[in-house]
Amino acid sequence: MTISQDDIKKIAFLARINISQDESILLEKKLTGIMGLIDKMQKVDTKDIEPMAHALDINQPLRKDIVTESDIREKTMPLAPETEESLFIVPQVIE
Amino acid sequence: MLNLSLKQLAQNLSDKTFSSQELTEFFLGRVKKYNKQLNAFITIDEPASLSMAKKADDQIAKKEQGVLTGIPIAQKDIFCAEGWRTTCGSKMLENFIAPYNATVIQNFNNIGAVNLGKTNMDEFAMGSSNETSYFGGVKNPWDLDCVPGGSSGGSASAVSARLAPAATGTDTGGSIRQPASLCGLTGLKPTYGLVSRYGMIAFASSLDQAGPMAPSAEDCAILLNTMASYDPKDSTSVAHKIEDYTTSLNNSIDGLKIGIPKEFFDDGLDTSVQKIIEDALNEYKKLGAKIIEISLPNSELAIPVYYVIAPAEASSNLSRYDGVRYGYRTQEYDDLMDMYFKTRQEGFGDEVKRRILIGTYVLSAGYYDAYYLKAQKIRRLISDDFKQAFKKCDVIMGPSAPSVAFGSGEKKEDPLAMYLQDIYTISTNLAGLPAMSIPAGLVKNLPVGLQLIGNYFEEGRLLNIAHQFQLNSDWHLKTPKETA
Repeated sequence: MTISQDDIKKIAFLARINISQDESILLEKKLTGIMGLIDKMQKVDTKDIEPMAHALDINQPLRKDIVTESDIREKTMPLAPETEESLFIVPQVIE
Repeated sequence: MLNLSLKQLAQNLSDKTFSSQELTEFFLGRVKKYNKQLNAFITIDEPASLSMAKKADDQIAKKEQGVLTGIPIAQKDIFCAEGWRTTCGSKMLENFIAPYNATVIQNFNNIGAVNLGKTNMDEFAMGSSNETSYFGGVKNPWDLDCVPGGSSGGSASAVSARLAPAATGTDTGGSIRQPASLCGLTGLKPTYGLVSRYGMIAFASSLDQAGPMAPSAEDCAILLNTMASYDPKDSTSVAHKIEDYTTSLNNSIDGLKIGIPKEFFDDGLDTSVQKIIEDALNEYKKLGAKIIEISLPNSELAIPVYYVIAPAEASSNLSRYDGVRYGYRTQEYDDLMDMYFKTRQEGFGDEVKRRILIGTYVLSAGYYDAYYLKAQKIRRLISDDFKQAFKKCDVIMGPSAPSVAFGSGEKKEDPLAMYLQDIYTISTNLAGLPAMSIPAGLVKNLPVGLQLIGNYFEEGRLLNIAHQFQLNSDWHLKTPKETA
């Protein structure tokens, strides 16, 4: 599978990353190389094989719906790039 | 203090030969002396470390200490440590001060260990040479022109140069074992789920696992006793019974069946490395072990499968870096979308972007079945290969890495060559098995690691097998001259 400039444009949009024209040209070669490596999988017959999402067959543990953590807002809010009182500030999205 | 084992350090602290504050000052002094050369640490915080040491000394005075109380440990900068800058090697988190402790850090704090500082790493643990770090590459103390391996390259370099008695690492595809191999250390990647991932910055959640890096297997056993714990805060943590990994170290290995996968001795393996691995296997034979040839027929598929699964999970995990709640935000932007796009363009490095893009591609509409689902099916085949192999043997051995440490910059621009560094380590992450690298010899004064792979939750057995080798060899005691 080769990765074209159009593919890069599409996946960069999905991944929300700006890719410059220069970067895109370099990426085309490198991503195509990586996909070439990945395509070695295609020769394997995987009919009737159960996909393995996880190393161990474990069940999702459930817990009681009770508050266990204290309020750490005062510690976390200063980590944000822009805040006002207890709100995260982002560029305006609704007119 | 320089070359004492963790057990010896604990004894000296307990006997009051020296205090934790003196010990911590000694290692901080070494960090200050050598870090300019090695770049093994991203952050040190002398007052914070010394205040922990003082607390440890009080604990020791009251005879309330555990085995690691007062011992400085270098922490990979992937673990959140409250009040400490935690960068994960990325510009994205350059100024991130962790607001809470990872469970691994909390476990070390609970026993009174001292946090010596945060070690350098490949950005978001993506790399095998430590050259993708935003904070610059790390040098290998055995040869300053060579890389230390990665992604836990800072931890490996620091312990190898004895800037710290021991360190933590994480291993998603070989990131503990390959740097341990290249720097002459003992490193253990436990069974998936044995050590909590809570507060450990996520790369590929179904593969990431933390573990110890230190000179010897005995040190690693002591560290694992503290690191392993069931954690309700990590939904993939396994409620495995609490073990003391030091108790089985001295068990006999007479009659041990060692499986040698023929696929691990292919054309890609450096012949001088192969010779050292064969010598180590002969040493095991002298200790009463039997060598059995086995096959892991799907080994060659491990790298292709990994480069679907790991980037897929990474693309999802790293979507959280959006410039809103924490981390880097671009300076100038027109609207919300523009802010996201520029923040992620400027905040991530090249290798991280490549993996996000590959991950996004294999998960995108129309490709999911051909790539992600296909990879998960082959992951099953790789895991089944190990199940078959462990019917015939107790432990699997082979090289940890295909070569000794390579030159800085040599593979930096060639992702495919770099990915091959993990050719012998990746399959155990896919299967979730525990594995170690132990020092087995030197080629032109550069260390070679022997890899040991065990069955699920057989860390005690692996450490025992490694320890018996180390009782009969001194490769793990060799230190680089550059920083002696």
